[in-house]
Amino acid sequence: MKILVCVSHVPDTTSKINFTDGGTKFDTNGVQFIIGPYDDYALARAIELKESISGTTVTVLNVGLADTEPTIRKALAIGADDAIRVNAEPTDSFFVASQIAANAQGYDLILMGRESIDYNGGVVHAMVGELLGMPSLSPVMKLDIEGTKVKMSREIEGGKEAVEANLPLVAGCQEPIAEWKIPNMRGIMSARTKPLKVVEATSSDKSVVTQKYELPAPKGAVKMISADNVAELVNLLKTEAKVL
Amino acid sequence: MAVLVFVEVGEGKVRKSSLEAVAYAHLMGGGVTAIALGTVAASELESLGKYGAQKVLHVADSKLDQPVIQAYASVLAKAMQDENADVLVLANSSLATPVGAKVAIKAKASFASNVVELPSTSSGFVVKRSIYTGKAFSFVEMKDQKKVIVLKKNAAEAKEVGGTAQIVPYAVSLSDADFTTTITATEKATGEILLPEAEIVVSGGRGLKGPEHWGILEDLAKALHAATGCSKPVSDMNWRPHHEHVGQTGVKVAPQLYIAIGISGAIQHLAGVNSSKCIVVINKDPEAPFFKAADYGIVGDAFDVLPKLTEAVKSMK
Repeated sequence: MKILVCVSHVPDTTSKINFTDGGTKFDTNGVQFIIGPYDDYALARAIELKESISGTTVTVLNVGLADTEPTIRKALAIGADDAIRVNAEPTDSFFVASQIAANAQGYDLILMGRESIDYNGGVVHAMVGELLGMPSLSPVMKLDIEGTKVKMSREIEGGKEAVEANLPLVAGCQEPIAEWKIPNMRGIMSARTKPLKVVEATSSDKSVVTQKYELPAPKGAVKMISADNVAELVNLLKTEAKVL
Repeated sequence: MAVLVFVEVGEGKVRKSSLEAVAYAHLMGGGVTAIALGTVAASELESLGKYGAQKVLHVADSKLDQPVIQAYASVLAKAMQDENADVLVLANSSLATPVGAKVAIKAKASFASNVVELPSTSSGFVVKRSIYTGKAFSFVEMKDQKKVIVLKKNAAEAKEVGGTAQIVPYAVSLSDADFTTTITATEKATGEILLPEAEIVVSGGRGLKGPEHWGILEDLAKALHAATGCSKPVSDMNWRPHHEHVGQTGVKVAPQLYIAIGISGAIQHLAGVNSSKCIVVINKDPEAPFFKAADYGIVGDAFDVLPKLTEAVKSMK
């Protein structure tokens, strides 16, 4: 089986977000980039499947400029066999999905996170599925393969849904699909020489264009209330905040 | 501008988030047509008129009682075409968001999710999106003639504007290719208030010391008609189910009131709650970082404050 895992290169979850150039550019100053946390779950599940189903290979794909290569090498260190980088800035969901679809021929299973934690579109998997004519499901919390059948558990509002489909298939993943894997020394050493193919983007037509960015309005000071006077809190919630 | 709105039905009822979507479409101006799929009572659909829908297409096909994403996308793409709709509006959910994405590809439409406000149409068609898990916003121009917009909660208030909707039966022939996924079972917490839609959320963290102490939190939630949530460590330790985990990698909530009890306020948790209108933090550690993100704070022990708060809420009503 051939598995393609699509990974995003995103700011660490603890990052403070800022913009420069009059709110038109993301400020990378002091920001550490990581494999998207959800993509990390997808990768971990792919490696588990590789370990349990003989003849399985795992390719990682990233849409990004050359600065994402350390993130791709980390995915290789975790256990992927080879990698593809589509040399383009991942500007929006449709553009990224189109690039993935253009490079996804011959894969039986395409995994990625439920969403990237920067753009938060949460739809690249659905779009890739639509472009390739494959079923796509997200957020998948459990994924098992029995022959050509894939049995999954998908999170829905207030619960979960058991769902089945045949390969080939696209899935957006989230915990607890697998435990995150930490690369070991051998993995890190071997990742340096694993093949990383760079391909150019197909069409650069953008159907959406980001004009500028903005930070939320700063929060006012917190009003502290004594633990002996909770009635005052209820009163303030009712009369001042007007949320009760 | 002709706007089509997808109305999601859960247990025979129109979801509240769909009413927000209808209200949003109404505020955009122009004609509003809603579309509902599967079995639902006519009275439920008629009520959409009150929120601004002029017409409601109803696809009463029992095969669509199951929320099969591909089939829903096929129906909506066809309806968008038949109604000559310029814009399709959906409210974010585990069903609507992927459906919207697929329709965008079928209809060659620009797509934007996590939209928080009405579009600005003074120069182009620009929507404001929530990005970086609520830590920032982006302004995105949708360039194609057709557009698909998925709304984040609270993008518009579900306000009654009067009016009645005409219900029109609508049929789309579906093929086997629309049913390549099979839902074999659905497990849903029944009778509870859904966390992503709740107006009030009461969340607990490690400060509650164990799952056996959740009763006092549930008492408060019950008094407030609130949904219950929890922090990531709590769901990681299986004190509470995963679908209650609020945060960057869990559920993002946007209630009117968020009450956090015994949660220190890691940045990943804040990312899941920063769209709340009002945040109350109760923690015995005065240095808990969550206080900086709160509107109201109480330094105190959960086991002491919670029962008193529940009593105060009950006596208010």
